[in-house]
Amino acid sequence: MDFLTILQILDSTVRLATPLLLACLAGLYSERAGVFDIGLEGKMLAAAFFSAAVAFTSGSVWVGLLAGIAASMVLAALHGVASITFRGNQLISGVAINFLAAGLTVVIAQTWFNQGGRTPSLSGAARFQEITLPGAEALSSMPVIGPIYSELISGHSILVYVALLIVPLTWWILFQTRFGLRLRAVGENPAAVDTAGVSVVAMRYAAVLICGLLCGLAGAYLATGLAAGFVKDMSAGRGFIALAALIFAKWRPWYALMACLLFGFLDAAGSRFQNIETSSTLILILLIAAAAALIWTARKSKLDLAILGGLAAILLVVAALVMVGIGMGGIVIIPVQFMQALPYILTVIILAGFVGKAIPPRAGGEPYVKER
Amino acid sequence: MERMPKWADVVLVPLVSVLLALIVSGLVVLYIGENPLEAMAVMVRGAVGSSYGWGYTLFYATNFIFTGLAVAVAFHARLFNIGGEGQAALGGLGVAVVCLSVPWPHWSIALLAATLGAAVFGAAWAAVPAWLQAKRGSHIVITTIMFNFIASALLVYLLVNVFRVPGSMAPETARFAETMHLPNASQFAGFLGFRPSTPLNVSFFLALLACLSVWLLIWRTRLGYEIRAYGHSETAAVYAGINPVKIVMVTMLISGALSGLMATNAVMGEAERLVIDNVQGAGFVGIAVALMGRSHPVGVILAALLFGALYQGGAELEFEMPAISREMIVVIQALVILFTGALDAMVRMPMEKIFQSLRLRREAHTRVAGE
Repeated sequence: MDFLTILQILDSTVRLATPLLLACLAGLYSERAGVFDIGLEGKMLAAAFFSAAVAFTSGSVWVGLLAGIAASMVLAALHGVASITFRGNQLISGVAINFLAAGLTVVIAQTWFNQGGRTPSLSGAARFQEITLPGAEALSSMPVIGPIYSELISGHSILVYVALLIVPLTWWILFQTRFGLRLRAVGENPAAVDTAGVSVVAMRYAAVLICGLLCGLAGAYLATGLAAGFVKDMSAGRGFIALAALIFAKWRPWYALMACLLFGFLDAAGSRFQNIETSSTLILILLIAAAAALIWTARKSKLDLAILGGLAAILLVVAALVMVGIGMGGIVIIPVQFMQALPYILTVIILAGFVGKAIPPRAGGEPYVKER
Repeated sequence: MERMPKWADVVLVPLVSVLLALIVSGLVVLYIGENPLEAMAVMVRGAVGSSYGWGYTLFYATNFIFTGLAVAVAFHARLFNIGGEGQAALGGLGVAVVCLSVPWPHWSIALLAATLGAAVFGAAWAAVPAWLQAKRGSHIVITTIMFNFIASALLVYLLVNVFRVPGSMAPETARFAETMHLPNASQFAGFLGFRPSTPLNVSFFLALLACLSVWLLIWRTRLGYEIRAYGHSETAAVYAGINPVKIVMVTMLISGALSGLMATNAVMGEAERLVIDNVQGAGFVGIAVALMGRSHPVGVILAALLFGALYQGGAELEFEMPAISREMIVVIQALVILFTGALDAMVRMPMEKIFQSLRLRREAHTRVAGE
């Protein structure tokens, strides 16, 4: 693999990580304030459609962006009404929002454009163009640093840089401002915040609306930056990967950046190399080591042994198949489906708490009932 | 003191919620520029106006009964199993493995074996999230979502690389042998006018049997009592000597098995082979069905019928009014989940007020009459 290929993969890593990062930070605000949000996917999708549709009709991507944000914030407000005002189940509300977006975007797209649930392709000013940072041309001839600057750092759309800037901004808001302190407190112990005379309801609405804003950016980037128009279900599970990244990051902004870059990298590598080849010896060692670790962890309880032992048995069967089919020292092709599933598998492993336990905000998912 | 009579709680609140969902859906149809009442008429006629329509409506309803029961059982233990999609997909894998590996001599034996295969595979797919919830405290909603995605990747891999018929491009298994084809409605209820092509098959009765079993389990057994006790209050249940790890595990395994059973209808009964995306969102419809059916088997049957009719009617609607795309069903489904699930309090609170003021007035009335 040469330097340029690596650079290209990293470049698409940044592109693919951006919507994840924006959605992940969106979820961060909401969940830190104690409102679970599995509706990130739906909000992204709604924003993707409305930004593309309005960008197409108005010819301006900025007007489209505003429309996307507005759509996402309407859904966020709906989530707020259901889960804060009416104290409904936040998870069910999220599920409803996902379906609402999945259905409405296609129904309205069909009515507006009559192209089978998609928007016409965007071009020119209706899309976010790539920005060439100052000096990129001049530096590009320099060895190593030149290509890194001109290929990797320069040449993304503005939303990529915005997303990257929101990371320190979020850190600053959450951990350095009074608003952030209150927001985190509302997610941990709302009663205490209430006692201090701060409105829990207002704080949670603020968090949910910020979540809507950021999901709007994420969706708009999908349809007007990454792609050139809206197609049905174009968020393709990214909202859930962002949720996974949020857990992976243990609800922290800088970790969120790392997690999203990792998942973006998996995505980029998976689509660049359809089939990744590895030595079968390495795979065999990994499989057997993982099986052994699982059984070792499970040795103390029968239930653990049944579940983890079952998983270990599956790994060993796969190892046996590799051994019989290819043998030591051969070449194994890692299926592309495995690469696609990897973010989810990693999240489950993190959730299992074998590698650093992810503890959610304590009051997450519970509606706050003021004492009388 | 009950705030509302029981009938209002069980019947009126869900009905009002569904009515609200339909009204909002009607507004969407109106916005598209079609007449909502006309659209409604097309859907009703398409769903229940002919034996052809009934065949599809009941076929979809069979799927939704299984996935609805799965979500409902988990709800009783206050667990939100949103992994029905993945568990049903794995159930399909179970059915395919059973039907392709053994040349069963008769469909009835094959159905028994396939039922077992579907249940075991579905339960196995729920086992890891269940264990993570029970022993590690990881949120079941997140883990079951992750397992849905893992299931779909796994199934694509297996269908493309392992089960695909040599020489065929289509990522699907071989057709199950002729002897295993389940009798469809034209064979056991041909007198009702079902044609041989109808997808409705004997697993409809399996679904009804599952409803009865779930009712017996939840309200007539010790385990069901423990599940409900755990769902009402975990601390009280633990205090009463109920093992929370056991309840979470067992409930989720039952839930996963019920989701998996859907495959006896969709994979064995209709497709007669395993195809990619054999579940087609039925796992998610189960959430709406369980919410609307108040997690009671009878409610689940009624809600599943409604959604079956919606799915079949929606297909007809797309045919007759091309301006309304098929995704309109997804919108209605979302609104039902929203109103019956998340906005339950919005519907309930004003109704409680009405009933309370009615009662107060009645009491005042009797007091006056007494004096």
